[in-house]
Amino acid sequence: MAKKKLKEIAINQSWCKGCGICVAFCPKNVLELNDEGCSTAVRPEDCILCKLCEMRCPDLAIRVIEEEEEV
Amino acid sequence: MAVQEYIRDRFFPQMWCEGCGHGTILNSLLRAIEDLGISKSDIVMTSGIGCSARISGYVDFHSLHTMHGRALACATGVKMAKPELNVIVPMGDGDALAIGGNHFIHACRRNIDMTAIVMNNRIYGMTGGQYSPLSGVGTMATTAPYSSIDNAFDVVKLAEAAGATFVARTTTYHVAEAVTYLKKAIQHKGFSVVEIMSQCPTYYGRKNKKGSAVNMLEWFKEITGKLGSKELEDNPSLIARGIFVDEDKPEYCSEYNKIIERASKR
Repeated sequence: MAKKKLKEIAINQSWCKGCGICVAFCPKNVLELNDEGCSTAVRPEDCILCKLCEMRCPDLAIRVIEEEEEV
Repeated sequence: MAVQEYIRDRFFPQMWCEGCGHGTILNSLLRAIEDLGISKSDIVMTSGIGCSARISGYVDFHSLHTMHGRALACATGVKMAKPELNVIVPMGDGDALAIGGNHFIHACRRNIDMTAIVMNNRIYGMTGGQYSPLSGVGTMATTAPYSSIDNAFDVVKLAEAAGATFVARTTTYHVAEAVTYLKKAIQHKGFSVVEIMSQCPTYYGRKNKKGSAVNMLEWFKEITGKLGSKELEDNPSLIARGIFVDEDKPEYCSEYNKIIERASKR
């Protein structure tokens, strides 16, 4: 099976209420709240695709989109 | 298919407060349904009244937003009429165990095939933070400014004693666990109860100085222990998480069909 890599951390800013759950519990510190108080992926290169942010988001605002790594 | 395809996105952003655990429960539930590959038109979601009850408006299934505490009663009617459908009944702690306490124990007793989810934030959030039967001794609430002296129900013990054949408990911090238990509960033939401890930073958190949603999730991590773990064995004061009951017993609709058969032969 081909290895998965991150394509995009898609955050729906108009649904995000800025509770900070994704920021606090990301094991790799990928996310931060921006000036508007919305979650943004500032270090996507560190993402390990655990999807804990996507699963814990109460606003269903986060999608961790994967793609297959080219060999 | 992504979780977002199971919702009525015209109603988003949802109305729950910033950091409310109910959104996470919706998220876990949609993930469980996605993993099981159940068709949207084979699910009926019935809810009562309260913050928790708003969940049925957000899902793109058959949905009923019914009377306070009567979600299980309405769900029983749906299931008896259409036993082939998957009936899921999310309820708040007050909706399930105060206003709907009687319906709850009797639905457990009948062992009718449906999944009850108790979204337990230990407070009445929508009406301004009154204490509920799950608040427990020492909890501060708008109606208990010097703390509550009422003992709390233990949902797990109550459901088990009343006859539910699948009983589990987890929290909104333990999301992977929640998805697993919800999947098992939906697949279980009989009455399943999943208690998910949920954070209400607006009322419970504020009144009890538990801080933000993030602080409350950390608190859930600290005060609970997995069933069978060393951690729970060493600290019996922790709230146990896990599957407490998973057994096969005659299911209500199947038994009712047998009665129909017997009656038709006369």
